[in-house]
Amino acid sequence: MTDTITIKSRIRAIIAEQAMLEPDQIADEATPEDLGIDSLGLVESIFALEEEFDISIPFNANEPEKSDFDISNMGTIIAAVERLVALKAA
Amino acid sequence: MSPKKSGRKAARDSESDDLAVPAVASAAKATRPDGSRRVVITGAGTINALGHDVTSTLEAFREGRCGITQLNFRDVDRLSIQIGAQIHDWKPEDHFNRQQILLYDKFTQFTLLSAKQAVAQSGLNFAGKLGLRSGVILGTAGGGLNTWDDNYRAVYEEGKNRVHPFVVPKLMNNAAASHVSMEYGLRGPSFTVATACASSNHAMGLAFQMVRSGAAQVMLTGGSEAMLCFGGVKAWEGLRVMSKDACRPFSANRNGMVQGEGAGVFVFEDYDSARSRGAEILAEVVGFAMSSDAQDIVMPSAQGAERAITGALHDAGLNPDQVGYINAHGTGTAANDKTECAAVAHAFGHHADRLMISSTKSMHGHLIGGTGAVELLACVMALREGVIAPTIGYQEPDPECALDVVPNEAREAQVDAALSNAFAFGGLNAVIALRRI
Repeated sequence: MTDTITIKSRIRAIIAEQAMLEPDQIADEATPEDLGIDSLGLVESIFALEEEFDISIPFNANEPEKSDFDISNMGTIIAAVERLVALKAA
Repeated sequence: MSPKKSGRKAARDSESDDLAVPAVASAAKATRPDGSRRVVITGAGTINALGHDVTSTLEAFREGRCGITQLNFRDVDRLSIQIGAQIHDWKPEDHFNRQQILLYDKFTQFTLLSAKQAVAQSGLNFAGKLGLRSGVILGTAGGGLNTWDDNYRAVYEEGKNRVHPFVVPKLMNNAAASHVSMEYGLRGPSFTVATACASSNHAMGLAFQMVRSGAAQVMLTGGSEAMLCFGGVKAWEGLRVMSKDACRPFSANRNGMVQGEGAGVFVFEDYDSARSRGAEILAEVVGFAMSSDAQDIVMPSAQGAERAITGALHDAGLNPDQVGYINAHGTGTAANDKTECAAVAHAFGHHADRLMISSTKSMHGHLIGGTGAVELLACVMALREGVIAPTIGYQEPDPECALDVVPNEAREAQVDAALSNAFAFGGLNAVIALRRI
């Protein structure tokens, strides 16, 4: 549980930095667009998440909807990162 | 099918109406109506994944052959992108001696081979005064990237504290242009242009302007790229715009670009000079325009692209309905292809539905700074041979790319004028117009 909270807060901190907001301003239902994150910002955020958790995120900017990594909103991003972190630990 | 004959009245917009007088007379006049020189192509050379010369490249265009294969170079297993239009059978020792190989990065080697073919076809000899009135302008984005890669590896990874004395002259972006100038004694204006994916079009456009203005009699021009090495592909991976399986421009299921390598070099010559010596003329270069989006470092703008397209038509004195073929920038990314189609649709109005537009990157990959030079060959083929190179890998129509993209198979058609588009990262756009002669 503590791990999950930590992962969530680390993800929020990364996205918040990209969006130039405070972590508590990053709602689960917020889309990257809501947060003012454009395509380049999204690719940069994904890179930062990969570096933070030492994971590899399958994401092609040309077909984001086909990726296993769901970027619809903060909630789906957090869930996808948690899954990849769990896979790595397993 | 003959697009030039249909819809002459349809696609006139207010801008083209201002240009009712054709700037380029078909009669054998040496000058344009504004008094500037006419410019023609009298030689062409290339090496790319489709072939080691123009003949084999055009043959591949006609067959719709794909040059994209599994990449093969050091540390390729550490890349997530495993495909590219690589020249697998390149043997520098077949073309250059030991000293030359030590001094020439691969992008210079590709350039020199292409220049040799182009100069041979032109039949020009630059000895004497002609050399003083001739120069070379080439495009490249990465320059000697293999040399950077090899030597960083030596000093960082292998811990060496010494590099070969020729590293700097080998990797510099102007190395290819300088070696071409030395090889042929071209002592006029010579330099290199780096505008990412538009480098070659900018280079060729400037060369065109040099000859047109009378600043030079002959210009060698085009571009080269040799970025297919570990560092070169790794850098592109980071942007997440690369396809892992194929380049499918304009297809609804496209999923990114595929890199290529190689070069294309042309001889641009004053029309009078070419005529007086009885040279074979491949095509006339009639217009060129540049624009910048001034908007985003990676996302393209339809307005910026459209301004370059209409600018090239204006410069050429062409009405939109005179253009039968466009070699698209057509990278196969989601963003470029829909933006480019919107720009073409807007620039050409109703005529956009009658012209043909194809992306040959589906075959030779994206040669980045060299790409416009290889792609100009498809325009020359359309004008001279009446064969339109296809967009291969096309599988599903995309309503956002609803133009005639010449899917999968080459097509015969008479074309009188053609455009070649290049829209670079950084929002720098360059479009060239050619005309049949």
